[in-house]
Amino acid sequence: MFKKMIGALGIAALAVGQAHAAIQIQWWHAMGGGTTGEKVQQYAQAFNESQDKYEIKPVYKGTYTETMTSAIAAFRAGEQPAIVQVFEVGTATMMAAKGAVYPVHQLMADAGVDWDPSDYLDAVKSYYTTPDGKLLSLPFNSSTPVLFYNKDVFEQAGLDPNNPPSTWAALEDVSRKIIDSGAAECGFTTGWQSWVQLENFGAWHNHAIATRANGFEGLDTELKLNDDLFVDHIRQLKEWQDENIFAYGGRRGDPNPLFYTGECAMLMNSSAYYGSVKGETDFDFGMTFLPYRGDVEAAPQNSIIGGATLWVLRGQDPEVYEGVAEFFKYLSSPDVQVDWHESTGYVPITYSAYERARGEGFYDENPGADIAIKQLTYNEPTPASKGLRLGNFVQIRDVLNEELEAVWSGEKGAREALDSAVERGNALLRKFERTAR
Amino acid sequence: MVENRRWLNLLTHAVLLLGLAVVALPLWMTFVASTLGPGELINPPIPLLPGSHLLANYGEALSSGMARAGGVPVGTMLFNSLVMALGIAVGKIAISVISAYAIVYFRFPFRMTVFWLIFVTLMLPVEVRIVPTFQVVSSLGMLNSYAGLTIPLIASATATFLFRQFFLTVPDEYLEAARIDGAGPIRFFRDILLPLSRTNMAALFVILFIYGWNQYLWPLIVTTDEHLYTIVMGIKGMVTVSDEEPNWPIVMATSMLAMLPPVAVVIAMQRLFVKGLVDTEK
Amino acid sequence: MQKRVGFDRWALPYLLVLPQLAVTLVFFIWPASEALWQSMLRQDPFGLSTEFVWFENFVELFHDPAYLHSFGRTIVFSASTTFLSMVVSLLMAVAADRVMRGANTYKTLLIWPYAVAPAIAGVLWWFIFNPSIGIVAYALSVLGVDWNHYNNGAQAMLLVVIAAAWKQISYNFIFFLAGLQAIPRSLIEAAAIDAAGPVKRFWTVVFPLLSPTTFFLLVINVVYSFFETFGIVHATTSGGPAAATEILVYKVYKDGFIGLDLGSSAAQSVILMAIVISLTVVQFRYIERRVAY
Repeated sequence: MFKKMIGALGIAALAVGQAHAAIQIQWWHAMGGGTTGEKVQQYAQAFNESQDKYEIKPVYKGTYTETMTSAIAAFRAGEQPAIVQVFEVGTATMMAAKGAVYPVHQLMADAGVDWDPSDYLDAVKSYYTTPDGKLLSLPFNSSTPVLFYNKDVFEQAGLDPNNPPSTWAALEDVSRKIIDSGAAECGFTTGWQSWVQLENFGAWHNHAIATRANGFEGLDTELKLNDDLFVDHIRQLKEWQDENIFAYGGRRGDPNPLFYTGECAMLMNSSAYYGSVKGETDFDFGMTFLPYRGDVEAAPQNSIIGGATLWVLRGQDPEVYEGVAEFFKYLSSPDVQVDWHESTGYVPITYSAYERARGEGFYDENPGADIAIKQLTYNEPTPASKGLRLGNFVQIRDVLNEELEAVWSGEKGAREALDSAVERGNALLRKFERTAR
Repeated sequence: MVENRRWLNLLTHAVLLLGLAVVALPLWMTFVASTLGPGELINPPIPLLPGSHLLANYGEALSSGMARAGGVPVGTMLFNSLVMALGIAVGKIAISVISAYAIVYFRFPFRMTVFWLIFVTLMLPVEVRIVPTFQVVSSLGMLNSYAGLTIPLIASATATFLFRQFFLTVPDEYLEAARIDGAGPIRFFRDILLPLSRTNMAALFVILFIYGWNQYLWPLIVTTDEHLYTIVMGIKGMVTVSDEEPNWPIVMATSMLAMLPPVAVVIAMQRLFVKGLVDTEK
Repeated sequence: MQKRVGFDRWALPYLLVLPQLAVTLVFFIWPASEALWQSMLRQDPFGLSTEFVWFENFVELFHDPAYLHSFGRTIVFSASTTFLSMVVSLLMAVAADRVMRGANTYKTLLIWPYAVAPAIAGVLWWFIFNPSIGIVAYALSVLGVDWNHYNNGAQAMLLVVIAAAWKQISYNFIFFLAGLQAIPRSLIEAAAIDAAGPVKRFWTVVFPLLSPTTFFLLVINVVYSFFETFGIVHATTSGGPAAATEILVYKVYKDGFIGLDLGSSAAQSVILMAIVISLTVVQFRYIERRVAY
């Protein structure tokens, strides 16, 4: 009896000792209280339970910008986490911070973890690799803009709900019919205007928005947003806006209610909104590719991603990085990837996860859920469509928002606004070039 | 009441009711939104009367809604908010009332230097100087502590300014009378000035408590330990879900719940307020 | 600015100001000096490469039309917000001071909005004014007004002014009411006996007696509208459309906290500080002289 008790105590002490010995690894993320936040917790927990050497500690740090700025402020004070989730527009900033960032390909090699980066989709990977194709950060959540359309409205307007428009000309035509029939007040709206109507519009038409292969080939890149292709597109949108074929409803996800309420028949926004569109609407909706211009031969090419990746920051003990490598391997596993894709609306980012989801019949049950990945992989990414690597991109996007809004409100013409966007954007690029050297 | 004119009374109530309607509208809408079912919010126009999901939403807000945003129990977050709010309110009132006393009632070398040193902090809220402030707090080893949460936020002159304004209106006769009675500065402060300032302190307490309670960016930056998370951080976490629509009714229900402690403080302090006013003169 | 009579002690006043001075020096002056230093640097966000550039950040700002534009926006915004919230709250405080029945109910309800966290208030305004689902936008459309602050700069400005003033009404109301109730009844009764009507009585007796409170609130409201409103702007308009609501403090926040351009952001804070320090000096030197204590 006495011996047994001692034994039990010993085991308990051992357990306590082990719990203390686990190496803590902080993971700062921006996945709030929805499904995504829950999943982050779940994966960390599952990983922690699968071994007892490391303990991943997910810490919610606010929005993407709040998370990134917190991590940078912490780095400056020497209190940085090992892992931080950074959105795609922060890529150039992170990449330029060579002394601060531990590139993922190197981390994995140093830790000797068996890990196959080629399983990641080209369109996802290409955004985050060095010129020689090495991954700098671990892709985590990715999406791409698609076209959501209201099938009920299509039917009311006498259109085939299973034949959504594929070109901008068809989109105009469909919108006119819808408005004329009174089925909806407006044709379409768009969220994330810079991402959807400029960045992805460029990629989809295989037309770079900046020189030096969208910044991949050098910091001396310059914007090309005042090329005729973009100017024509924005001018066209403005003309449509005057006829209510297009309605502007704000930045980010702000225009979504225009679609949910049936005011606009179509919405271009992130595919990750799939779950929300499903939840907020009581009509039948469909998803399809972004429209392209029939007169552009190169179109459609492939679209580019948005979302975030996990960056590793330097300054921790070597054993911490071994834990990070193990955890990254776990996160890349098909089990996690399939679960993440199916429960959140983000695209599957590895080929094996995509295959598995398809094999399980996920896309038969959820029609449209594979539109995003099909569009991302429509063609092998070209230098104009593999992504963007622009410094100060957060601020550049803001400039683009401002200038586009000046067009929508009638203050400026399309040419004038985009000229000014290029000038202001280039100034920001030069500023970045100077500090990044 | 000095006189009773019917039209004036009617006008008074009309002004109040109208003002109330405008001021309370956003609040009422929060409440209404917190009682709706999922999706009901998105169909225009938003209803003006509460819906039928009151119990369900509040139940979820209390149980699972919050836990999703980081796995911290609501109780812990409420407690942290309380500590932060009380720390800021009490700390700021304490340091300001004595420094205002010194500035108004004493003549001493460098008085004006001190005055301006304190008053420049009227500007620049912590959010704008957040990166350097973070570095200071971190080099003092105050990250992830209640001290780090509260002390940097009490460095502001608003309360000192209010006490200064108030002390200037206190008739000089009080001080003269106290001197005749042989009272020193400490006794004068304790027995005369402090009781006179009761109303102002109550008002300030309300304001600072709410200021502390509602902080968001600062606690977000200085804490990485979930056990120090505050309720507003929890709510923001529910709102800023990336690439999906937040569950608005639950968010609103949680917001209503998070509003209750500060409102309780308002109501409780209001009594003190009124009492302070009654005691002083009428 | 100081009592005619006062104490002369050697150590006591220093002891009394010490705690506040210590906190101010450590948590305000120290970081603010760092900001001042930062404003002359050009750095990458991580602080890995630093270049001392003297006043280049400042020069750049004053050559930037967007920055100059933001000055104008700030003046419109601050003046309207301060005016709106002070007038409305004074009116309501005067009314609340008059009523006997239901006074406490009014007071409690009027203070309630103050309890709403700014982070949440922004969300509320987003909802109420949302052009497609908002209740106000809906009411306006019934009245024939097409509300779309995403597209219309003037409407966007109106929205942020209302949202910012709303937040401050309760605060002003509390202090105006406390100030009004501190006015001795005897004075008002005396004026009533002199047969002054309620309006005249307000302007000749009540308002002058209220001037310390009004001055206090004026300073607080100007400071508030200059500095503490970026949260509201951030949540409702993000400075848009086309920078129509991009006030100075929001630009500091945007360029520094979001855009990670610490040098330029620090330079902007320094300019802002200079503006408000001079504003405060002007307020203390000139306006306060006319305030009756």
